[in-house]
This record gives sequence, C-alpha cells and structure tokens, in this order.
Amino acid sequence: MTLTITDQAIALKFFEKLKELSGENVKLCMQCATCTGMCPMAAEMDHSPRKIMHLAQFGLVDMLSASNTFWKCASCHACTVKCPRGIDIAKVMEALRQQVLRKSKNYIEPSALPAERIEELPQIALVAGFRKLTS
Amino acid sequence: MKISYYPGCTLKTKAANLEMAAVASLAALGVEVEEIDRWNCCGAVFSLTADDLIHQVGPVRNLVRAKEQGAEKLVTLCSMCYNTLARANRIMQTDTVKRDTINRFMDEEIDYLGEVEVVHLLTFLEQEIGWERISEMVKVPLEGLRVSPYYGCTLQRPADVGIEPFGSFQLMTRLLESLGATVMPFAAADKCCGSYQILNGQDGAQSTAATILKSAAETGIEALATSCPLCEFNLGKQQGKLLANGLIDSAVPTYYFTQLLAIALGVAPESCRFDLNNGASVDLLKNKNCLVAA
Amino acid sequence: MCDVEKKAPQKTPRVATGDRAILPEGAKTIPVYIMGKRYEVPETLTIMKAMEFAGFKFLRGAGCRGGICGACPTVYRMAGDYKLHFGLACQTVVEADMYLAQIPFFPANRAEYKIEEIGGAAEAIHALYPELFRCVACNLCTKACPMDVDVLGYISALKQGNIKKAAELSFDCIQCGLCASRCMGEIPQYHIAQLARRVYGRYIQAQAAHLKARVAEIESGKYDAMLQDLSAMSKEELEKCYVEREREPDLASPGTWQPNEKQYL
Repeated sequence: MTLTITDQAIALKFFEKLKELSGENVKLCMQCATCTGMCPMAAEMDHSPRKIMHLAQFGLVDMLSASNTFWKCASCHACTVKCPRGIDIAKVMEALRQQVLRKSKNYIEPSALPAERIEELPQIALVAGFRKLTS
Repeated sequence: MKISYYPGCTLKTKAANLEMAAVASLAALGVEVEEIDRWNCCGAVFSLTADDLIHQVGPVRNLVRAKEQGAEKLVTLCSMCYNTLARANRIMQTDTVKRDTINRFMDEEIDYLGEVEVVHLLTFLEQEIGWERISEMVKVPLEGLRVSPYYGCTLQRPADVGIEPFGSFQLMTRLLESLGATVMPFAAADKCCGSYQILNGQDGAQSTAATILKSAAETGIEALATSCPLCEFNLGKQQGKLLANGLIDSAVPTYYFTQLLAIALGVAPESCRFDLNNGASVDLLKNKNCLVAA
Repeated sequence: MCDVEKKAPQKTPRVATGDRAILPEGAKTIPVYIMGKRYEVPETLTIMKAMEFAGFKFLRGAGCRGGICGACPTVYRMAGDYKLHFGLACQTVVEADMYLAQIPFFPANRAEYKIEEIGGAAEAIHALYPELFRCVACNLCTKACPMDVDVLGYISALKQGNIKKAAELSFDCIQCGLCASRCMGEIPQYHIAQLARRVYGRYIQAQAAHLKARVAEIESGKYDAMLQDLSAMSKEELEKCYVEREREPDLASPGTWQPNEKQYL
C-alpha cells in the first residue's frame, strides 16, 4: 500500500502533537474571541489568539509557524480564566512555542542582549524570558 | 510566631525593598522570619507543557528544602515565586505519576509528597494575624492616600492556586484599609504588565504598562500597591521612559504592599528601601506625612 | 586526547617499558572498558595509569597527576547499571567492569573582561554571563563535580547577587568543566565561578593592610640594596649566608621574635 503524505496527514500529526504537549483540545473552541478581548498583547500580535485557535483547528501548520502570536504571549492566563469552553489557551501557546524551541532554536539570543539592559532588568524577567523564548 | 520563608532571587537585589519591608513589618507584628537554607531559583514561570517535568524540579527542590527543615507552611512574597512554587506543589499533591518521576529524578533528595503548603504573605496576614489586629497596630495611618491594589497575573491565575478568585482583590484591599488608606476601585488591577515580554522588544510591555498607568491616573488613583518585582519594574522603574516617550502624561507612584504596611506600622523608613522605588514614590508619602517613624 | 599506541597486551608485562606502569609481582588484573573496548588492567591502578597501561598515551588531558589541576575529568559507569559517575582519572582507582571515557575539554563559553573595569556588582557578572538565568536547578552540575563543590548552590547564590557566597562555595573548584558538560542550560558554571572569585578578591574581600604597606616598601626601593648585595655574592658566600640565616622558632607566638641582625627590618 502506498502512503501519500497530504496536507491532511500533516495536520493530523500536528493535532496529535499539539494535544500531547498542551493537554488541550483546540477543536472545543467556538471562536467567540473572548481570549482576544482579554489579551494584553493582542495589539502586538499578527494573528489574534482567536485566529490562532482557528488556524490550529484547521491544522494550518505553515501559517501557525510563521505567526508571532505565541512569541508575544506573556503567559498571563487572562484568556484561560475567561474561556467559556474551558480551554487553557496559555497552554496551547506554550505548546506552539515548545515545538520550535525543542528543535534548539532560540527566539531571542541572551548573548545579544545589551549589557546595560541585563544590568537593569530584575532577575525574574531574565529567568522568565529565557524560559519562554530560548531553547 | 515563627514562619519559614522563601525569598526569591530578585528580592535579594533589585527588590530588596519588597523583602526588607516585609521582614521589618513581620517583626513589628511579632513574627520571626526564618529563611529556608540552600534555596534556589523557583524558575519564575510555570512550565505549561504536559510532558515537561524538568522545569518543575527547581520549584520542587525548594519545597524539599522546606520539608527537610520541618516547615508545614512556606511563606512567599514575590507573586511569580508564589505562583511557580504553588503550581509545582499542586503537581506533587495531585499527580502521582509525575510526582514519582520527579522524586526518582531527584535521587539525591528526600521524597516529596506535597506535604508543605505554599502561602502568600497576604493570605498569611489574613489567616494568622487578622486585619483587625493589624489595624490596632497601626501607628502612622496612611490617611488620605488614594491607593489601589495592583494584582497583575500570578496572584490570581489560574484558579487552583489563586490567592483569591479572579476579579476579587479583597486581601490587599482589606490590608490597605486596615492601614488607613483610601482604597480606590481599579479596572486594570488584574491586567498583565507585559511580564517577560520586556525582553522581547520593549514596545509590547511598554504599551501594556502605559495602558495600566493611564487607567490608574484617569481613575484618580494616586498610587499602586503590588507584590511582584516584575510588575514593579514594568510599571514603576520604567515609568521615566514611558513619560519621556509620551506614552503616559503623569507619574503614578508604585509601592510594594509590604512597604506601605511597614510605614503604617511605624517601621523606620530606611528599612523600606524607598531608594529602590522611583522618586515620585517617596515624594508622595512625604506629602501625605506618612514617612515618619513612630 | 590520547592515542592507542598498540593493542592491549595478552599477557601482563613483567618489566617496565618506557613510561608504562609496572605491574607489581602477583597483582590481579580486572576488565575495564575504555571507550567501549575491553582491556585487562591491574586492579590497583588509577584510571589514568590503567589507560596508559592499556597503551593509551596522554598528549593532553593529563596534568599534575595529583588531583588538583583539573585536566583529567573522567566519566564512568559500572556495567549493568545506568548511573553515571564522575571523577578525576589521576585519583580514581579502577574497578572491574568500569566503562570509561575522558572529557579533557568542554567547549564552554568564557567571557572576556577586564577585572579592573567591571566593578564589584553582581549585575556585571549577569551581563557577562546572561545564560546564568537559564539554570533549571536540575542539580546535575553538583552531581558531576569531582571536588564535591555545591555547584547549584553557587549558581543560585550568583542569581541572588551574592558574590561572597558564590566565591566561598566554589573555592575548591579545579576548573575541570564536568559541571558544564552536564548542564541543560548550557551554562559554563566553572568560568562564572572563577569570575565571581576574582570579583570577590578584587572588590569585596577585605584588603590586608600589611600587604599593601609591604608592597609600597618594595616599590619605594627599600630592599633594592639588599638584593644587589645578594646578587653580587659568589655561590659559596650565598651558601654560607643561607646556612647561617636566623630562623623564627616554629612555636614562637606571633610578634614576639626579633632577629639579631636588624638592619634590614
């Protein structure tokens, strides 16, 4: 039997991985956009959190990976606590970040941060930022 | 009374004002603070991926230290430390598979089964001291200070570790009222300050901080009280830049809640390290005649 | 690191050949695995001697052979067990069924700085090594340290801005780099600790007043004439001076003894 790799097959694998990493089912999302309304960083994002959930529902892997949304997420859980479908959207964002970070790709480079900046930042900013944005 | 205490890295340097004011206040309230030995960084943010346990090891190791030293409760001040320690503790208390894996990995430590309770200082003050007692102990009431609690994210979210339900700010409100301050309602009290996004280009964190500070100024709030060194950095220490860039029109002094508690209890202002706050913070307290040791 | 000169001998040699270890009369041999290959070596040898006995020659990765230079960090595992053990090849005695590998060098980041310019604040160390904040407290560094240094302890201290504590906790570090080889945060712990000790010595530790005074005396030329006199002496005169020198008695209480010849004081 010949197995053909289609967009659909890739999407199915993507759903599995996303569910495994986040523990969340993006297909529960009903696109109400409460998450976007709650999100303090939405203005910085190229796709709103609602749209990211939509792209994830359709398994549009390329569009998702090109998005900056999950890199701009501050893990504040404002979306999570208000989601009427009970989806922990912050976990979905983390899973999207981790899929990149686990391939040893950094989103920010610690060694490229200016020394004056590092000196003024509180330690928790550096620890938190490196955890979320470096591999 | 004696409590076991976990400070967190930032409280030893840039947020020494959060810690020193707390320790001095607790001494005034008759509570001795015992810092746990050999503590390490909590990790600041909780890891959200289901299969990632290595990032739980840091916070759990601190809980092991607390257990070793016979602590039933571990009191924290920093919101981020509180959240990370409390969430890791939830895993150890509720998920036996993950708990056993973490314990097996940490083969140089005693097994930890979630015996220690992680408590934020605000909860401790309510449960162990009580607002009435604090009110009786006040020597320099913060009269006329129109202040609002700023909780940010990690004190309340998610629900299973929140010090109170989402949207409720009773603990800090009751504390500040006990100190004689006028507590103002604040619509942005639980909006995120931008958190670690300050590392990821400043624009995002700056705009979120500016929105929060503008909202405070428009409501007539004179000052914000927080328990998080990262909130204090984004909203407080960065205010000069926000003013210079025209993102906000007026300064809003920011304090740690422990500093306000300390000065109201008559602790010497030097113990509150106001030199680590922005300049406007000291001026406001001077104008309100609150900076006098009783 | 090391090259195999020839195959492991079938029979243990009875005579010394070159710099090879001599097998004591009647010594028992045990099997060890060096980079996966089995060798029979005398049971009393250290890992380093055993590897040399097996025919390896250390061009790098061997130094003082006294357990203090940090050149010969070694990783081993006992057959049938998962646990990794760490030590110094010159100090650890071989055991039967050891699987051995040397980690003579690890490509850990080392920052460049001028100690007289960076100042004594912890923030300077943070700026030079921001990767410090990638520590997850997994403690593998401490488990790997052949000197029993509390590596996680000093890394934690540095994150907390406590240079003194970091300098004291890391005092026994011999810069072997095993900590860095195990670090999931890609942190060069031993280089950061060295910087912490240098900053501590330069900016924080109390300076010895008498040392400063003595250095000033030397620089002012107080001892130049004495040194010239000594330099001008013949070997015989020097020997005579040395033999006849006055010595402070070992048990004299501090500050009580004075030499008879006081002109150089």
